[in-house]
Amino acid sequence: MNQIALSAILSNLLEGALWTIGLSLTAFVLGGIAGLALLFARIARNPVPRRLAQGYIELFQGTPLLMQLFIIFFGGSMIGLEISPWAAAALGLTLFTSAYLGEIWRGCVESVPKGQWEASASLAMTHFEQMRYVILPQTLRIAIAPTVGFSVQVVKGTAVASIIGFVELSKTGSMLANATFQPFLVFGLVALGYFAICYPLSAYARILERKIHGSRAH
Amino acid sequence: MSYHFDFAAVFDYDSALLAGSAHTLLLTAVGAVAGLGIGILGAACRAWRIRPFDRIFAVYVELIRNTPFLIQLFFVYFGLPSLGVRMDEWQAAILAVIINLGAYTTEIIRAGIEATPRGQIEAAQSLAMTRAQIFRHVVLPPALAKVWPAICSQVVIVMLGTSVCSQIAAEELTFAANFIQSRNFRAFETYLIVTVIYFLLAVIVRQVLKISGQRLFGRRA
Repeated sequence: MNQIALSAILSNLLEGALWTIGLSLTAFVLGGIAGLALLFARIARNPVPRRLAQGYIELFQGTPLLMQLFIIFFGGSMIGLEISPWAAAALGLTLFTSAYLGEIWRGCVESVPKGQWEASASLAMTHFEQMRYVILPQTLRIAIAPTVGFSVQVVKGTAVASIIGFVELSKTGSMLANATFQPFLVFGLVALGYFAICYPLSAYARILERKIHGSRAH
Repeated sequence: MSYHFDFAAVFDYDSALLAGSAHTLLLTAVGAVAGLGIGILGAACRAWRIRPFDRIFAVYVELIRNTPFLIQLFFVYFGLPSLGVRMDEWQAAILAVIINLGAYTTEIIRAGIEATPRGQIEAAQSLAMTRAQIFRHVVLPPALAKVWPAICSQVVIVMLGTSVCSQIAAEELTFAANFIQSRNFRAFETYLIVTVIYFLLAVIVRQVLKISGQRLFGRRA
């Protein structure tokens, strides 16, 4: 029988975990940039970009991530683009992340008191200057905790990429479970791997949240 | 060369789409009701510091919230049989959804309970109500009413997440999509239509939850 040593299982899972982290970082950074653009569209004075951004957000928050990945993966090959599982996963997760971050940040911008807008407008600042010098710096402080909290959702979302064939932690786990006939051990270790990535992020988000609430109380 | 869309090729399988949608909704409904039950129990234990259950629930919440649903599902379906717990794909899917939603609702409802003003509990105590009575009549209803929107969002997120149950061959909506596209070779059209169906289901579920919230907590909301 094929006895695969625990050390071999662990080293394979570790490599898978690195791909999970790589995909998460890619989606988070690119999704953050796209999310920022979405935020500007969402709070624009012109209703056209506002409605478009709102539709985009509702679409991505109202459909399964797995379906989004399938459509990108199969849609790409349909128009003749050979999209690798990695590219499809990165693109899909970036779009997914941008929708959520755009919406989270909009909430943060709206929690900045209205007087700040009015005061900066009375100083003849343009919309962009108001955002750049008055609103965003204050938003940033509020936004860090929920943003870190959401990064956990991104990491967990990458597991879905295994279904379109991207070999990260979950896919590595599935393959190892089939090869070793030890699904309990392997999926236990996979879960532990995700926990090791996500728990520090969750805990950090909680600390940040407490800090903000604490400083508000004074 | 141009591609000809053929959406009719998908609707030939309307009975599969309908059955898949029904199964997805059923999975969500069972998961939501049972998950909410666990959430109330867990939140009570956590907020009232009932040892040792508060610790157990704390660990459970952290474990579930920091691992992907897909892995929880695989663990239940592929992993548990090693311990002698064998179940079919539906039992595994339902169990995984309940466990997942239970953890999130525990945390959501706990936040609602902890926001209860102290004075209300003291007032209830002064009326000689028991702890159970206070929880049932004074603490829980306003706590649930307060966090109901968060619970609605979480149920919708879980419903969308059930699409990965197709991976253990539970025949829900995504399973139907995979089946249809393997027959008609129209992957793009199939997934597009099924995505639209999911979107509509999400709108419906959200609306149903909102209305039931108004029915349940109408006086408070």
